[in-house]
Amino acid sequence: MLVASLEPLQYSIFILVAIAATAVVLTRDVQRQIVVNGFYGILLVILFVVFAAPDVALSMLAVSTVGYPLVVLIAIAKGRAK
Amino acid sequence: MSVFPYLVAGWICVIGLYGIVTSKHLIHLALCLTVTQSSTYVLLLAVGYVQGGGPPIFKGVKLGTTAVDPVVQSLTLTDIVVSVTVLALILALALDVHDELDTMDPDRIAELQG
Amino acid sequence: MTRRIRVAIFLPALGLFGVLLAWALVGIPDFGHYRGPYGYLLNRVALPERHMTNVVTSVVFDYRGFDTMGEEFILFAAVLGVVLLLRQGGREQPDELNDSVGSDGVRIGGVLAVGACVLVSLWLIAYGFVTPGGGFQGGAALASSVVLVFLVSSHKAWSGVASDHALDPFDGVGAGGYVVIGLGALIGGLPFLTNVLGPGVPGTLWSGGSAAFVNWSAGMEVAAANLILFTEFIDEYVVPLAAGDTAG
Repeated sequence: MLVASLEPLQYSIFILVAIAATAVVLTRDVQRQIVVNGFYGILLVILFVVFAAPDVALSMLAVSTVGYPLVVLIAIAKGRAK
Repeated sequence: MSVFPYLVAGWICVIGLYGIVTSKHLIHLALCLTVTQSSTYVLLLAVGYVQGGGPPIFKGVKLGTTAVDPVVQSLTLTDIVVSVTVLALILALALDVHDELDTMDPDRIAELQG
Repeated sequence: MTRRIRVAIFLPALGLFGVLLAWALVGIPDFGHYRGPYGYLLNRVALPERHMTNVVTSVVFDYRGFDTMGEEFILFAAVLGVVLLLRQGGREQPDELNDSVGSDGVRIGGVLAVGACVLVSLWLIAYGFVTPGGGFQGGAALASSVVLVFLVSSHKAWSGVASDHALDPFDGVGAGGYVVIGLGALIGGLPFLTNVLGPGVPGTLWSGGSAAFVNWSAGMEVAAANLILFTEFIDEYVVPLAAGDTAG
C-alpha cells in the first residue's frame, strides 16, 4: 500500500532534516556553514515534497539555490575585505 | 508517527536558538536565525498534513480526492520568499556594524561601544 | 551582554519552552490526522467557486489576498532598508573591471541557461493558478535566473541587465499595482481585492480572473525586489575590489 510504504521515507527525511539543522548551527566557520546550509535547503525541499506541498518546495528551491548563498557569500567577502 | 514531526520542529527551533545564543559571528548568527525560522515551516506543514493525502492541486485529479491543507502551505511559501530579503537586511546591518567597529563578534560590539 | 549572561537567560527559557511543548504535544492531533475544517472546505469549494485548480495559489491571491498584500509590503520595506543602508553616498563606477569569464563554453552554455531559466520562471508565474507555481515562486526564480548573467559573463554585462534605474520602477509598480487592483474593486462598490473578472476557465491561463493581475504584480514585485537586493550586494562586493585592483 502506498501509505504504508511512505512511512519509512517520512521518518528518514525528518531525521535527516533534524541532523542537517544541527549541522548548520554547529558549523562555526561561516564559509563552510553556507555550504552546509545549502544541503539543509535541499533536504527541506525534499521534506516539502514528501509533505505533498509542491508550491512550498518550489519557493524553497528558488530561494535556497541562489538567494541565500549569494547574499551570504558577498557579506562574508565584504566582512573579510577590510 | 504520532508526534515525532512536531518534536523535530521543536528541535530545529531550539538548536537554532542555541546557535544564536552561543554565536561568535554575526553572519553565523543570521543563518542560525533562518534555521529557527525554518522550524515554523516544518511545524505548519506537519499540522496541515493528511496521511495519504495528495497536494491540494486538482489538475488531472478528481475533485474530492484526499488532499492536504492548502492554507498552511500558502502561509509558508510567501514567508520563504520574503525571508531572503529579511536575511539580506540583517546582513546589511551586520556589514554596517563591521564598517563602524571592525568586528563581527557580538560580544566585542558591547565592549567597543563601552 | 556577554555570552555567559545570554546562556543564563537561555537555559530557563529553554526549560519553559520544553514544558510548553510537552503541554502542546499532549493535546495536538496525531501527525497525518488533520482536523480542519478550513483545508477540507477550501479543497472542496476552490475549484467550483473560483475555477482554479491550484488551491494554494487561490488562497494566496484570492481568498487571503489581503494577507499576501501585507507580506508583499514586508518585502518592499526590507528591500528599502537594504537600499538605504548600502546605497549611502554615490558609489563610483569601476572603469576597467576585467572579470569576464574566460571559457567560451561556460559563457555560451550560461547564456542559453539564462534564457531557459527565465522561460521556466515566466511559465511558473503564468500557470500559477493551474499547476504548482505563482507570483512568489516564479518571481524568486526569475531573479535567480537573471543573476546567472553575472555568474557566467561579467559585471559589465550584469550591470547592463540590472540597473537601479530600470529596476526601481518595477518594484514600485509591482507593490503599488497590487493595491490599485484591490482599490479597483472598491470603486465598483465591492469589497477590497474582489475578483472582478473571475471566475475564469479552469485549467487555462485565464483561470484566475482578475487575481491573475494580482499574481503578475506580485511576481513583478518579488523579482524586482530580489534583483535590487542582488544588485546592491554585488555592487557592494565588486566596486571596492575594483578600486583595490587598480591601486595594486
